[in-house]
Formats: sequence, C-alpha cells, structure tokens
Amino acid sequence: MDAEDLRRAVTRIAHEIVEHNQGLEGVVLIGLQTGGVPLAGRLADALRRVEGVDVPIGTLDVAFYRDDIGLRPVLPEAVTDIPFDLTGGAVVLVDDVLFTGRTVRAALDALNDYGRPRSVQLAVMIDRGHRELPIRPDYIGKNLPTRRDEMVDVTAEGVDVGTMQKRGGG
Amino acid sequence: MKHLLSIADLGADGVEEVLRLTESFVEVSARAIPRVPALRGKTVVSLFYEDSTRTRLSFETAAKRLTADTMNFSVSSSSVNKGESVRDTVLTIAAMGVDAIVVRHGSAGVPWQVARWTDAAVINAGDGWHEHPTQALLDCYTIRERRGSLAGLRIAIVGDVKHSRVARSNVLAFSMLGAEVTLVAPPTLLPPSLAGWPVAVSHDLDGCLAKADVVYLLRMQRERQTEALLPSLREYTTLYGLTKDRARLLGEDALVMHPGPMNRGVEIAAEVADLPSAVITRQVANGVAVRMAVLFLILGSRGDLGG
Repeated sequence: MDAEDLRRAVTRIAHEIVEHNQGLEGVVLIGLQTGGVPLAGRLADALRRVEGVDVPIGTLDVAFYRDDIGLRPVLPEAVTDIPFDLTGGAVVLVDDVLFTGRTVRAALDALNDYGRPRSVQLAVMIDRGHRELPIRPDYIGKNLPTRRDEMVDVTAEGVDVGTMQKRGGG
Repeated sequence: MKHLLSIADLGADGVEEVLRLTESFVEVSARAIPRVPALRGKTVVSLFYEDSTRTRLSFETAAKRLTADTMNFSVSSSSVNKGESVRDTVLTIAAMGVDAIVVRHGSAGVPWQVARWTDAAVINAGDGWHEHPTQALLDCYTIRERRGSLAGLRIAIVGDVKHSRVARSNVLAFSMLGAEVTLVAPPTLLPPSLAGWPVAVSHDLDGCLAKADVVYLLRMQRERQTEALLPSLREYTTLYGLTKDRARLLGEDALVMHPGPMNRGVEIAAEVADLPSAVITRQVANGVAVRMAVLFLILGSRGDLGG
C-alpha cells in the first residue's frame, strides 16, 4: 500500500462508519497508542469532509490492562486522554495493525472504566491475521496475510512489511 | 528495578523514568473509577516500625488503585511486642507469599537489610536519617507540574536537615534534575559534615527567600529542643520559620512545600500554609500517583532501571 492507497482506504472507512451508524450522532473516535492515534486524526479529517461534522477524538494507552504484565517490560507510551463521557456513545476504536487481538481485548477493558458506550466498533488499517482471541474488525483498510515473525509498519507514506520480530501485541 | 532503596541507587535516569510514568497514573487517579487491573494477583505488605499516616495510607491507596492486595503490619499490635526480631518478622511475612514489602524503620539501612533476607521487592518508606525516596520523587513531580522543569531552579531546604531523611533524598533528587539547592538552618541542625553534598549553606532565611523558586520547609521535631539543639521553638520560628511577614518576601511564582505533618506556628505560619503558593496538599495527591508508578515499575513492568 502506498500513500494514495492509504488515503483512499481512510476515505472509504469514513463512509462505512457514516453508513453503519446512520450518521455520526454519538460517534467518537479513540486512537490506540501509538499507531492508532495519527490514523484516528486522519479518519476525523475524512469524516469532516464527508459529513461536515467534527467527531470527538480521544487517545487510549492500554499498558495497564495488558494480559502480559510481568512477563515482559510493559510501559505506557503516552498518557490516556479521553476528555468526554463514553456512556451512550458509539465508540470506534482505531488502530493501525490488528494482529493477535490482545491489544483490543485490553482496550475493551479500559473503555469500561470510562463509561458504558452503546456500541464499540473496531477500525484497523491492516488486518494481518494470527488472531488469538475471538475479535474481528468492523472496518478494514486491507487484509494482509503475513507470517507470524514478520513486522508490519504503517506510516503516512504507506505500509511496510519487514522481517524483524519485535512487537508481541498488535 | 528490583527494589527502591534510595534515590542514590535509583539514579537520575531512574528518577526520570518514575516521573514520566507518574503522569499516566495522575490521569488514572483523576478518573471516575480510579483503578486499573495492572497488578491483579500481587500482594503488597506494609511493614511500619514507625508512626505514619500519610505514607502508609498513600502506599495502600496506590496498591489498591493498581488492584493489588494489601496487608498491613503495625508494630503496636504484632509479635514485635513479644520480642520478635525484624528478620523473623520479615521471613514470616515472606512465607505467606508477598510480592512487595514497604518498609519504614527508625534505623538507617533496614530496608537494604530486608532486601537481602527475602525474594520480595523492597520499597524504602523511610529509614532513620538516611532516605525517604518516594517523598523526594513526589516532591520532584509536584515542582515539575507547576514549573515544567527543575533545571536551574533555586530551591531552599529550611530547617532540621541533620535528622531529616526527606532532606537527604531531596538534595540528591533535586540536584540530579539540575536544581541549585541551598540548605538554610542553624548550625546545630546541620550534619557535622557536608562533604560531597551538592549544596550551598546559609543561615540567613530572609536573604534566601527573595531569590528562591521553591522554599521547602522541614518538620521541626519538638524533641530537638530537649536535646539542647535549640534555645527555644520561639527563637527557631523567629529566625527560621516561614512567618506571614517573611512570606511577603517570596517571588510571585515561588512554591512553598512541606512533607507533613506540619507544625503550624513553628516552621510555617498557619496562614502561609493555606496560601495558593503552598502546594502541600498537591504533594499528598501526587504522592499516590508516584507510588503507583514505583509499584508498577517494580512489580509490573520489569523495566530495566538502576537500583
């Protein structure tokens, strides 16, 4: 995927969010630290172009909710910032890459502590497979079959697949 | 980081790491439900051989907000009264399967010793006149929260430096972060030697106040008067107390800090403790977040820190 493919995928996902929620009433975007945060910003821009509405954006760091605390170094990358009540809202979790599903599991737990949304949806740019939990995305930029030991990197310029084994979650 | 025994062991990088993580726990503490499941299944025991209100409660609150289990040991209602040694008490507690022991003791070095007797992580909550590392960390965080950075700040530490573990930890931590520290005290309340301390010394509080960014008042321990270190508490207040008149000498942005418990009317006037520049209750609030960060670093993240 190059920068142009990414832009088109973001625009398509924005349309799908509007369609799925029959508008943007109550819709909020929560970007997962760190990869999901810039993507949530781009999605918000696209939603503004499509519907002319500014949706609230928050950021969430799931470090304190991970299930591998104590097994490997787990430190938050940034401070969580959700400056609004989620109760009754339609939360769209945004991340760059969906891998094992454990980050999303942790994010669902974390959201509980901020209120009770009427629904939680998941938007990811890349679904690379290898799920370890019963979690599926509602909006996908691209399905990208990978090997377990590969690494997927999403930037503003595009998507790279490397072979370094570095991240455990995803 | 396996233990937190002193600021000296933690080092400048360790101090930075704790302060950075504290920000996340300040956010957690501000939530409607101020609790995260990070230390589920871990047990933290506090072993206090000295009286304490805020430090013990603060550690307990911190552990609970991380969903750890807490146990409390207070000397007055324990087998210590039957003559049990510190070592046997520690081994007994450790045998129950605890992950961290928070230790306060009247003698310097006890936490260090406890760390050698047990596999549990040990956190120093104050040992004799030696150190009180989490107090220094919460003080650094509070100053940073107000002033952005400690680099280049002029900090006056006023009062009974000699008997103060808070002063020892803070001198180290403040200077690690780039502040210039001045000790202001009568000669009888300074340590016999300050060799190796990165500080200046003054006996003139009025002269220090106008240029100080932070005035850190230490608790005047009343028993010092009976030890003939002070002519009288009233004379101490006259020369070294932050009275209402003296507080007017302070700069507009200057902070007034105190580790508590305060003796209003001795080292700090009652009205001064309630001024907006006094961040004393903010210190207490930040104390919980700092201790959450310490517990998480030691028990949760297996982060690779000094110490």
